[in-house]
Amino acid sequence: MPESALGEGSEIARTHRRLWVLVVVMLIGFGLLLGRMYQLQIGEHERFRTLADDNRQAFVPIAPHRGQIFDVRGEALARNVRTYTLELDPAQVKDVEGTIARLSEVVRIEESDHKRFLRQMRDQRGLGSVVIRQHLSDEEVARFVAKKFAFPGVEVQARLIREYPQAEVTAHVVGYLGRINAQEQERLEAEGLTGIYRGTESIGKEGVEAQYERLLHGTPGWELLEVNAAGRAVRLLGRQEAVRGRDLVLTIDARLQRFVLEAFAGRRGAFVALDPRDGGVIAMVSSPSFDPNLFLGGLTQADWERLALSDDKPLFNRALRGTYPPGSTFKPFMAMLGLASGSRQPGQRFDRQGMFEYSGVRLYDRKRNCQSGVDLHRALAFSCNVYFYSLGNELGIDAISAFMEQLGFGRRTGIDLPGEAAGVLPSREWKRQRFNQANQQQWFGGETLSTAIGQGYNAYTPLKMAHALSILVNGGVIRKPHVLAASIDPLTGERVPVAGEVTGFVKLDPAHVDAVLRAMVDGARVGTSARAFAGAAYSLGGKTGTAQVFSLQGRKYDPDATDEDLLDHSWFIAFAPAEEPRIVAAIIVENGGPGGRTAAPLMRQIFDYHFSVAGGKEK
Amino acid sequence: MKKAYWIVMIAHAMRRWDFPLIVCVLLLFAAGQVVLMSASPERVETLWGHQALALTALLTAALVPFRWWLRLALPLYLLGVLLLLAVLLFGETTKGATRWLDLGVVRIQPSELMKLAAPMMLAWYFALRRHSLAWWDHVVALMLLAIPAILILKEPDLGTTILVVAAGGFVLFFAGFSWRFIVPLVLVLAVGIGALLVQGDRWCAPGVEWPMLHEYQKQRVCTLLDPHRDPLGKGFHTIQATIAIGSGGAWGKGWREGTQSQLSFVPERHTDFIFAVLAEEFGFFGVALLLSVYTALLLRGAWLAIRSPSWPGMLLGGAVVGTTFVYVFVNVAMVSGMLPVVGVPLPFISYGGTALVTLATGLGLLLSAAAQSAPRGGFSGQRRGI
Repeated sequence: MPESALGEGSEIARTHRRLWVLVVVMLIGFGLLLGRMYQLQIGEHERFRTLADDNRQAFVPIAPHRGQIFDVRGEALARNVRTYTLELDPAQVKDVEGTIARLSEVVRIEESDHKRFLRQMRDQRGLGSVVIRQHLSDEEVARFVAKKFAFPGVEVQARLIREYPQAEVTAHVVGYLGRINAQEQERLEAEGLTGIYRGTESIGKEGVEAQYERLLHGTPGWELLEVNAAGRAVRLLGRQEAVRGRDLVLTIDARLQRFVLEAFAGRRGAFVALDPRDGGVIAMVSSPSFDPNLFLGGLTQADWERLALSDDKPLFNRALRGTYPPGSTFKPFMAMLGLASGSRQPGQRFDRQGMFEYSGVRLYDRKRNCQSGVDLHRALAFSCNVYFYSLGNELGIDAISAFMEQLGFGRRTGIDLPGEAAGVLPSREWKRQRFNQANQQQWFGGETLSTAIGQGYNAYTPLKMAHALSILVNGGVIRKPHVLAASIDPLTGERVPVAGEVTGFVKLDPAHVDAVLRAMVDGARVGTSARAFAGAAYSLGGKTGTAQVFSLQGRKYDPDATDEDLLDHSWFIAFAPAEEPRIVAAIIVENGGPGGRTAAPLMRQIFDYHFSVAGGKEK
Repeated sequence: MKKAYWIVMIAHAMRRWDFPLIVCVLLLFAAGQVVLMSASPERVETLWGHQALALTALLTAALVPFRWWLRLALPLYLLGVLLLLAVLLFGETTKGATRWLDLGVVRIQPSELMKLAAPMMLAWYFALRRHSLAWWDHVVALMLLAIPAILILKEPDLGTTILVVAAGGFVLFFAGFSWRFIVPLVLVLAVGIGALLVQGDRWCAPGVEWPMLHEYQKQRVCTLLDPHRDPLGKGFHTIQATIAIGSGGAWGKGWREGTQSQLSFVPERHTDFIFAVLAEEFGFFGVALLLSVYTALLLRGAWLAIRSPSWPGMLLGGAVVGTTFVYVFVNVAMVSGMLPVVGVPLPFISYGGTALVTLATGLGLLLSAAAQSAPRGGFSGQRRGI
């Protein structure tokens, strides 16, 4: 065993020395700690005592009343109603679970109420009472009040909650409120808005409720309370009232909305009507619809499954987010391009229009009025395909997509509602980006032909179709569609109207516009939609459309034989009155078959109603 | 005959139960009960269970002859490293940290085992190499310490890493780690902290990136320097705890009368921040009393380590005393805003069974190491170099 260089026992001596070093270090350490305590508890005691006393004062936020939403005629679309809630103050109740168990013998408390209560108590942890039950019936209030003495710390409170009196009728436009989720909380934090949301549980999730959240929300007030050692408020030290949110008036007409929704009778589809003079949305309906009131207290599992998993997708706003090939409703815009580019003259007639041959493929149009002597007027009124095949073939895809882009196809209209879909305007560039394989990226001439009659890759929202038509009606002026008509200052009551915003201008020859619109008027008088509008008390112009759902691959399409979900979508776009249009509308009925058969008669009903009962006369 | 032999052996071993040290521990247990009755009364009964378990662990560990402990050092260390690896591979993740291992029957926290196994391993290694110590033995010992430290830091668990490194570091220090390395290390740390205090405002400005550190680590240090930088977030704990301590004054607000503690302004008031409750309700007087008990406990412990008849006993006993001191110092310093908030409990007071049992077992090891008479040939180093 080799001897250590230091010699036997020397390491013990060194360890002893070092243990003594530890003793000294420990003594110094405890001295430091004691010194720090002396500094805090004796030296700065006064300052800290004041700080601790200040801690006993608490700011309690007062949530503002949310602004209400009205339609153009002053009918309430979203309002606040007083309701009774049962609330418990955890600071005053020792045995929370036991109290709730006893309460459930007096009023009904569902499992979901209980869960929400626990979650909220955890979130709030501190001051203020927590809601156990909402919407107490008068009977339940009476029952509780009689036994109130047995429940210290539990109160019935009158609170304001949101209500949508129109229910399904304006659901997609008005939207709904929901509990602030983690993602929204993060966004509020990022925008530095957590302060004005203290005391508020809900935030707009969809529609106008989400779009105009800032206007509707208002500014919270506060109460400064002195709190005793048990956390109970003992004295009010100060108070700042909340400022309620702005009331909003929409351009929407709830009566028309209701009529349209009922006219759809549960069929899938959408309707959009704009006032071309200022871009205001008169109606926006997506069918089937849903009851936004279901979302307020947190959706139940059963309701969620019924709404979210339904094949009819009632939560989906088809007018704003659904994109469909426009079919023949695209032809007025193609005709406009034919005139603007100089390749077609209004009176120029074409014969032998029954068939178009393109690289060996023969495309037929057997409609009686489309065989010979077809000019632009007749091509539009009777929806002659060959006229537009040859026009499209002459112009080429680049000219088509360049012009349609000017009209805003393939872009959002910029309406003041969240989640608008842009749609697809086909072009060489679009196809290159859409596909990965080189042979798919290439543009084929045959695709230009289907684009020219509104089929193929074309896909636009009903809102966009109405918007595009209103650009024609306005002679090229592009107005941004909007649903907000005015907001009302809560303090002064001053009404601040929203002016229609002009966002662009397409240079169109008034004579060309006139030719296209007159052809559409004849379409409703003698053409494809003549039967639907026979004897109408107003003048109008319209265009039917049939959007292919699925390729028939050479088989003959028979609307009576095909399964319903493979039937083509039925379109109709229209403006009225013809001389001085006050309404421009687009309607689509999913799987409704040819436009003249389903969509046009529906539009007839709606226009009849609009011009006889609702806002057909000047407001 | 055999039975009688065991009775004699145990009776003999019971003489290792050092009366002054055990009294100090019982005083701390009593203080812990009193403060917890104020901070979180519903947990007191569980605390009794923890304390009974801890006391049993202390007394039992003291009965085990020290040479048995040394024989256990290597297996415990290897087991600990394996379990730490298992944690990193299959551990349960809660709140962003992976610390627990679910064995089906029980959930265990292997890093806790390392608080004892690491210093034991180092003490055993130095005992083995006692007669041929060279400079590289310290390097080997450093590496033996670095393995578990890095594994625990990866979980991540900064508080436990500090305690494991401290425990092993004390063994190295007592074994004669050269001052030439210790002095620069202490100087660098002191200069670094000093510079931070002076230059803090400039370095903590937003957008300034620190080499090798994450943004959140920078925030932690900066919040320590000036808690008011983030009064509603991380700084809130430190500010409220400091207010609690300061407002306690000389004599305190009285048991269960602390407004800061009772109104939930003090965070983690039954675990890591329990010192703030004691300081608020019992004042400077109560704090001084508590620190006196700690001083008595640790001085007694240091004395026992010095008197230990075996060299590894001194190393390990000293390490137990030093580590316990680090617990107290770091906890009190962090609660009173002198150090960043790292998860270190107040020994024998904070609620939490695992830490309590580990600390008590450590003291039991110290008592075992300090045993005066050595049956069967003593510890003079004739056998296997010990």
